[in-house]
Amino acid sequence: MAATLKEWKNESVTVITCDGRIIVGILAGHDQVQNLVLKDAEERVYSMEETVELVPLGLYVIRGDNVALVGDTSSWEDSVQAEPLPAIFQHVL
Amino acid sequence: MIFYSFFKTLVGREVAVELKNDVVFTGTLHSVDQYLNVKLLNVKVVNHDKYPQLCSLKNCFVRGSVVRYIQIPTEHVDTELLQDAARKENAAKT
Repeated sequence: MAATLKEWKNESVTVITCDGRIIVGILAGHDQVQNLVLKDAEERVYSMEETVELVPLGLYVIRGDNVALVGDTSSWEDSVQAEPLPAIFQHVL
Repeated sequence: MIFYSFFKTLVGREVAVELKNDVVFTGTLHSVDQYLNVKLLNVKVVNHDKYPQLCSLKNCFVRGSVVRYIQIPTEHVDTELLQDAARKENAAKT
């Protein structure tokens, strides 16, 4: 079975981008290169000093090149304090 | 195509996927595609104390381009077969 994002269409998903951001939203659309359209998106900013900061983004399009991971969203712990995720470093020649 | 075929034989196994951002997930390999994008079920983050923000993830799709390693249990891999297949594919190309 091929790996697709079909099962998460219209579901709330968690996207980790290549710069280490965590964005949650409803997957309105996607294509074969993981370009994503998210509705009611919000970014969850974690830090060691404060609890989670939620930044509302609205309707968002994320280019597939920048997508690292797409996963389902179960319950979120808002009291978590954590270091932000590292970014993905690709070699640029 | 050779590694795509290889990973298709590993569907259903527990694997560990290390991403280029150093996060490691273990989970059951649900599916793979020609770009080696991987879908994992029942994921656990290996260093969940370091990355508590990812604890609630259950199933995920990982883009092939961000994978550094996929760790597989050695008993399920026929390395001889894999080496032979790789040799044949390279011989066919040149």
